[in-house]
Amino acid sequence: MKKFLAAVLAAMMLFSFAACGGGGGKEEGTIKVGILGPHTGDLAVYGLAVRYGAEMYFNKVNEAGGVNGKKVELVVYDDQGDSTMAVTGFTSLVDSGIVALVGEVTTGNCRAVVDEAYPINMPMVTASATATSITYDEDTKTVFTNVFRTCFIDAYQGSKMADFAFNELGAKTAAVFYLSGDDYTQGLAQAFVDKCVENGMSVVAQEAFSSGDVDFNAQLTKIMKAAPDVVFLPNYYEDDGMIVTQARKLGLTCTLLGGDGWAGIEKYASAEDLEGCFYASAYAAGSTPELKAFEDEFKAKYGEDYLNTFAATAYDAAMVVCAGLEAAEKSGAEVGSDEYKKAVIEGIRTGSGSVKGLTSPSGYSFDEFNNPEKDVVIITLKDGVPTYHMNY
Amino acid sequence: MSTFSLIIKQIINGLQLGSIFALVAVGYSMVYGIIRLLNFAHCDIIMVGAYIAWFFMANFANMPLIAVAASILGCTLLGVTIEKVAYKPLRSSPRISLLITAIGISYLLENTAQLMLGAAAKKVPGFFTVETIRIGQVTVSTASLVTIAVLAISMVLLTLLVQKTKLGRAMRAVSEDAETAQLMGTNINGTISFTFAVGSALAGIGSVLYCCAYPQVSPTMGSMLGLKAFVAAVLGGIGSIPGAMIGGFMIGLTEVFVSAIGLSTWKDAVVFLILIIILLVKPSGILGKTVSEKV
Repeated sequence: MKKFLAAVLAAMMLFSFAACGGGGGKEEGTIKVGILGPHTGDLAVYGLAVRYGAEMYFNKVNEAGGVNGKKVELVVYDDQGDSTMAVTGFTSLVDSGIVALVGEVTTGNCRAVVDEAYPINMPMVTASATATSITYDEDTKTVFTNVFRTCFIDAYQGSKMADFAFNELGAKTAAVFYLSGDDYTQGLAQAFVDKCVENGMSVVAQEAFSSGDVDFNAQLTKIMKAAPDVVFLPNYYEDDGMIVTQARKLGLTCTLLGGDGWAGIEKYASAEDLEGCFYASAYAAGSTPELKAFEDEFKAKYGEDYLNTFAATAYDAAMVVCAGLEAAEKSGAEVGSDEYKKAVIEGIRTGSGSVKGLTSPSGYSFDEFNNPEKDVVIITLKDGVPTYHMNY
Repeated sequence: MSTFSLIIKQIINGLQLGSIFALVAVGYSMVYGIIRLLNFAHCDIIMVGAYIAWFFMANFANMPLIAVAASILGCTLLGVTIEKVAYKPLRSSPRISLLITAIGISYLLENTAQLMLGAAAKKVPGFFTVETIRIGQVTVSTASLVTIAVLAISMVLLTLLVQKTKLGRAMRAVSEDAETAQLMGTNINGTISFTFAVGSALAGIGSVLYCCAYPQVSPTMGSMLGLKAFVAAVLGGIGSIPGAMIGGFMIGLTEVFVSAIGLSTWKDAVVFLILIIILLVKPSGILGKTVSEKV
């Protein structure tokens, strides 16, 4: 009897120790992720879109039991749009023990944070910084291997549109007509031409115009002589509206393509001139059931003011971060250690293909400069109304 | 498309562009001829005319003739008002004061338009129901044919006005020697106002043709157009109406030719290079009179 009592007591003590241990483990068992961006000030509309979009996904993960049974704890810092504050904020987030960061939001601040994050190999996923310099330093030829993004870089649309023209429209020949002296338009034009050549299409005309030009007839006549299957116009909507109108007046009937600079073009060219043209975009509201559900939920929780492209790409950024966290948990490394961060980065790099993102249901992969290969949304013009065509 | 039709098309492109330059350049030249003023506000009168055309086309799209009439009338009134309010009080002042006033008026019009209508461009609905016409193998836009035809008619009428009517004789007399003309009984103020009215009416026609060809209006649309038309006027010989026309066509064809050989981003540079060469080689222009200064 005494023996039995002793055994029971011992068992109870063991149990209570275990309970203690369990309690302590729960405290250590959270994974801290930082969210950094402008949540007040002029840029708050972008910063809050990113913050709320990311929060929405992490909350869902936590409700479903967390990553490998561990809850994700978000540490939020508002940089007020200031680059010094962004760096201070990043340091304070690192001190609080984050293992990954969603952010920075603006290109300038993001670049400042990258300079701090690269030496300590802190995994970063930005949802909104589009400049190439965020992941690649041209001068030192360094790729910032710890930095990823879920928004595409501008020029990427050019190569996507070339693929679209080749695979979906069956184009064999193409022409490009772009604004010279502008990084955006030249970048898109170059990427388009490179991809066309890679696909074995022939680029039959490459014409340019200067800022402020209104007469494009001479160049368009040359393009007509070359008779391409498609013409890519990677410019802004006012210029492209004028180009489309003049091209149709001259009798150029082929399919015209554009980048996201076309958003709003329907006000600058007639419905019949634009009929059947395509342009690339990052986001089309309500285009897929998943996106629609996200938008409804976002509106209910945070209101309509912050619902924009970046809310969706931030949701995707959170998904990409979680893909990295899962891989790191599997590796068995201690949360917060250098090995853990390395495993997160490796996990993002190799595991993002299965991420069914809102803006890229076919997943994310990253090229040698850590720029994402993901879906773009193809918009077509029907009766003068931009209409969702497909994710490509 | 054959090379022949390519060349024909490019020539039509050049003539269309040239016609618009010519109409603006004639306005510059007439005013310069009569009061020796480079009326820099001229190109902004075109901008106002284009906004009037836009307003009427956007609201009464089925009546393009109303838009044409309103914009010619609007430009004429604006031109005469500017002359009465801004230039007339300065007629005896040094010419530099007039020039600066003209630049001031130009900025005033541009910024007023920007304040009232915003800086973004506005789309002008199409004037023609049939956009393109096919002649043999060549498809040309209705706008370019109408532009060239309207320019030709305007120039014939303007030449008749200047050479065959009493008002035209008064204009020529004032431009030759204002004081003597006044002594001979010419109404100088009336003649100058009339010249502004005719020049501005041409600007009105130009603005409508501009809207047909390049259907967007913006507050700063006049500045580059004005500069190029100025080059055209200098090239043809400023003060000479046929000279302005020739200059306009030459600049239009040059721009298209430069673009056609693949140097489209250089075309502005080429146009201004022509200005520099003309000023160095023959400052009086192709048809300008060489005036010898009395010492």
